[in-house]
Order: sequence, then structure tokens, then C-alpha cells
Amino acid sequence: MAAVAEARSKGGWRNTFEQRRFLAPLLISPAVLYIVLLVGAPLGLAVYLSLTDATAGSLSGEFVGLHNYADVWHSENFRKAFRNTIFFTLVSQAIVLVGAAILAHRLVKPFRGRWFLRFLVVLPWAAPVALGTIGWLWIFESTLSVANWTLVHLQTGVLGHLGLHLIDPLDPPQWLGRPNLAMASLIMVHAWRILPFATVIFIAGLASIPAEVDDAAKVDGATGIKKLWYVTLPLQLPIALVALLFGIVFTATDITVVYILTNGGPFNQTQMLPMWAFQTGIRSSSLGEGAAISLYLLPILVVVSIAMLWFARRAEVT
Amino acid sequence: MSWLVVGPFAIILAFPFYWMLMTSLKTNGDLYDISHNPFVFNAALAAPNEDQPLRGQGWLPFGIENITTRNYSFLFTEPGIHYVDWIKNTLVVGGIVVLITLALSIPAGYALARLSGGWGQSAGIGIFLVYLVPPTLLFLPLSRVVAELGFQDRLISLILVYPSFTVPFSTWLLMGFFKTIPPELEDAALVDGASRLKALTRIVFPISLPGILTVVIFSFSLCVNEFIYAVTFISTSDARTISTGVPLELIRGDVYFWQSLMAATLIPAIPLALLYNVFLDRFIAGFTGGAFR
Repeated sequence: MAAVAEARSKGGWRNTFEQRRFLAPLLISPAVLYIVLLVGAPLGLAVYLSLTDATAGSLSGEFVGLHNYADVWHSENFRKAFRNTIFFTLVSQAIVLVGAAILAHRLVKPFRGRWFLRFLVVLPWAAPVALGTIGWLWIFESTLSVANWTLVHLQTGVLGHLGLHLIDPLDPPQWLGRPNLAMASLIMVHAWRILPFATVIFIAGLASIPAEVDDAAKVDGATGIKKLWYVTLPLQLPIALVALLFGIVFTATDITVVYILTNGGPFNQTQMLPMWAFQTGIRSSSLGEGAAISLYLLPILVVVSIAMLWFARRAEVT
Repeated sequence: MSWLVVGPFAIILAFPFYWMLMTSLKTNGDLYDISHNPFVFNAALAAPNEDQPLRGQGWLPFGIENITTRNYSFLFTEPGIHYVDWIKNTLVVGGIVVLITLALSIPAGYALARLSGGWGQSAGIGIFLVYLVPPTLLFLPLSRVVAELGFQDRLISLILVYPSFTVPFSTWLLMGFFKTIPPELEDAALVDGASRLKALTRIVFPISLPGILTVVIFSFSLCVNEFIYAVTFISTSDARTISTGVPLELIRGDVYFWQSLMAATLIPAIPLALLYNVFLDRFIAGFTGGAFR
């Protein structure tokens, strides 16, 4: 290394160029510049717009201070959207965490047909979200729903004999037409599409635990639940937290699934913050208010990100 | 045992795709008769334009003889349906964005992995966090900027904006890949008198080619997936990408072209799914090899 450093310190312009303190910034700056221009600047612009009464058609408006934030906060739809976003994110991520833990635990070990099963499991993640969601729109269709057909036939066939009458064949559930069912459908579709990603990350976490750890645990007599709790879980925690962080951010800020499945309906009962920001900012052309609505997401995201990274780091050290 | 545990999950996760395939092959007469069993193909009066290539092959199970290819040809031949344009647009946007992404993120990822010292890791995490800034926060101001620049309804708007999420993501992945290459390899070349650029192009890049390919696949698929920018910036039918063209143009008010919707979904989903599976292990290696090691 010393020789390399010496060779570099000699010579003209080219070697100066190759010095680390020049080269590193030179290589990084184009990417950073692009990101500052296309993420930093629009974010700043969003904050500015949220403080004005700008409407579509202009980039500026009268400065109104925090008026938009206050206005938005007092709207019934916004509160509904706010509550829905939190509820929907928490429930779908809880399902994802449990599912991914079970799946990864199995898929990390080799067995016959593992590649095939993994292929099926990863499918929802590989297909474009908007298109996969259309598949669900069809499954939940009001008169031709395959979910309802199956339920009705299960009921007349098997469950009916057991005395179970869950649904009325003449008035089957309107999955996307009733507020609670629509919410459940949205949660399910989101869990469906995030689960493969979380599973893949969990598999990576499990696979990175060295074999020696397993052996050491065996020597110390740790098996089953004890091993899971004291050995596997702590080692997997950092990577699981990263998967959870991604899941929370992608779910809370997603607009595609809700846009295609319910459009916030029926009667804004499944409204989410991103969807409501779109409707206010684009469809109703209230740019300032729309920006304020979407910016309500920012503090949540910042807090979640910092907390997760902090935990991930801590868990890694201990 | 593993099949017993994973199997039910796999069935639920893959069911929509099985269902898309079934639906995409049905005739209108079969699909819209609620007395039909939806899990098989039923004989029904077919419209004259509903080609049934397997007609008369009654020995096939599940009534497969009753399938029609009409819903696929509809996408490519029906006047006013710009499916081919959507595919073309998606490929153009994805292709150019991937090139921009590589040009920006290979140098950045390499520098973060190798050249910079203590602040390299902080910068790495910074870039990772930028990836978490969602389009939801940015689409409103960007829609105004795009309009001011006169880029509305033009693919250039998407091409310029998409690297804002592919670059952080790819830099993160590439940083992970470059970290796995021992620095001694380059140092040896440098001692032998090669310039750093030469060491990069001759030694580092060939070794990291699988990693770079992984980045190509995954950033391309991020572009195919993108929805909210494409909805906000583009409103003319023939300038849409596949993610917005299919849901917004194949659903006309109350009219749903269900079978063609499913066909339109399967056509891009199948190649993407195969590519994903081939590159999945490398993706995992890059994703977790970043700053968390």
C-alpha cells in the first residue's frame, strides 16, 4: 500500500486526478446532483406549494402560511384518510411479517421443488403492481366474482351440511362496495404484493447466519423455541427491520392499489392520504392543499425510518 | 412438510395469475353466463370473431376445446387499442432510464464502496433513505414543473423523472456488489502501472457484470411498475405506458374488457417473473451486502 501511495503522490495532473479525495467526489457528484434536482428540489417545491393557495395552471400563489394544513386537518375526509392509512399499513404489515417469517423459515432450506414454489411465491412481486391489482379487481367483481362463486358452492356442498351458512347466495358479499369489506380487500391485496418481497429479504437474513452459530447453539443445548428466541431472532432482527421499513413506506405511500380497486370509495370510506392528495391536487386542482395532504406523510416516514435504522444498528452491535 | 407449509401460501399468492390465464382464454358467452362453472371452459355460442383453434378436440380436459384466442388478438388488432404502443413506450422509457441509471450509479456505487472512508457509509445510508422518499410526495410539484416545461403527454417527462428512484436504488445495490470484490485485485493492477480507470474497466466491471445485470433487470422493472407519475404526466392514449394504459384504457366507464385486461396483464408479467427468479439470488446478495454489513 505504501508503494501505491508513493507512486500516486508523484507525477502530474493525472495522478492528482486519481487521488481519492478528488476522485470520490467526482464519481459521486453526478448521481447526487441528479437526486438533488429531482428529489430535493421537488420536495422543497412541495413544501412551498403547501404554504400557498396555488391551483393547477400556475406554479405560484398567494402565501397563506399554514392555512392549508389547518384547513385540511379539519376536513372529515382527510381524517378518515389519515386513520385509514395508519390502520391499513399496520394490519397489512402485521400479516406480511408473520407470513414472511413462516415462508422464509421453510424456503431457506433445500427441498424437492423449492425452486418451483419460490417461483409461485415471488410472482406477485414480479408482475407490475397496477396489472396484478386488476386481477384482484376481477376476482372481487360484483356479479361474476370467483371468490363468491367458490364460497357459495362450498356452502351448498360442504359447509352447509355442517350447518354453516356464512353468506346469502342471492346477495353475495360486495367486496369493493361495502366499506369494511373494501378495506379488508385493500389490506389483503397489499399484503399479497408485499409478502414476496419481505419473504425474499427474510431468506437473505436467515441464509447469512453462519453455520457455526447453529453448531454452537447445538453444543450449548439450545433447540426449538429457545434457539429461535435467543439465537435466530436476534441475528435476523436487523434485516427483518429493513424489510419492515420498506413494507411500511411502500404501503403507507402507495396509491396504485387503492386507485385501481376502490378509488377511495365507497363514499370515501377507504380513502388514503396519497389518494386524497391526488384527488385534491390533481382532480380538484387545489395544488396547495394537495401538497399539504401528502406532506402530512413526511414526519411519519422520517420517524419510522430513523427508528428502524437506529434499531437495526443497535441490534447489529449487540 | 415444507410443501404443506409453503403450498397454501403459494396457492394464494399465485392464484390471481392462474385466474388471469383462465379468464383470458374465455369466450364472452362462457364468461358472462353466471350458471357456468368458472373453473372450466364451457361450451357457449361464440361470436364470429372469437377464434376457437381447438374446436372439436373434445378429448382435452376441462373443456379446453372451448378456449378462444380472440382476447389476445384484440389487443394487437383492435382499432383504437394502443397496446403495442404501450409496450413500445414502456420499452423505450425503461431502456433509456436504465442507461441513465447505469451511467450515474456505477461510478457512485463504486466510489461509495471503495474510495471514500468514514463518510462513505453515511453517504450510502443517505442514498438508501432517498429511495424511501415516495413519489407520493413529489408528483404534485413535478406535475407542475412538467407542465411548465411543456413535457406533458411526452415520454421525455417519464424518462427524466424515473431515474430519481432508480438511481438511489441501483447505487445501493451496486455498492453492495462492489464491496464483495477484494480491493487487492485493483491495488495489484495499480502497482503494475495501470491507471485507476483501466483497473476499473479491465478488472472490476467484468467481475461485477452479474451485479450490473441485476441492476438492469430491477431498475427496468421499477420503471414498468411506476404508476402515479405516468397517470399524472400522460393523458393521451397512445403515449401511455403499460401500467397505466391497461387499467385506464381497457376499462371504459362501465365497460370492462375483462378477458383482454387479463391477457394484457399476463403478457408483460410472465417474462418479468422469469427474469426476477433468475436474478433473485444476486438481488439478495446486493441488497443485503450494502451498508448493513
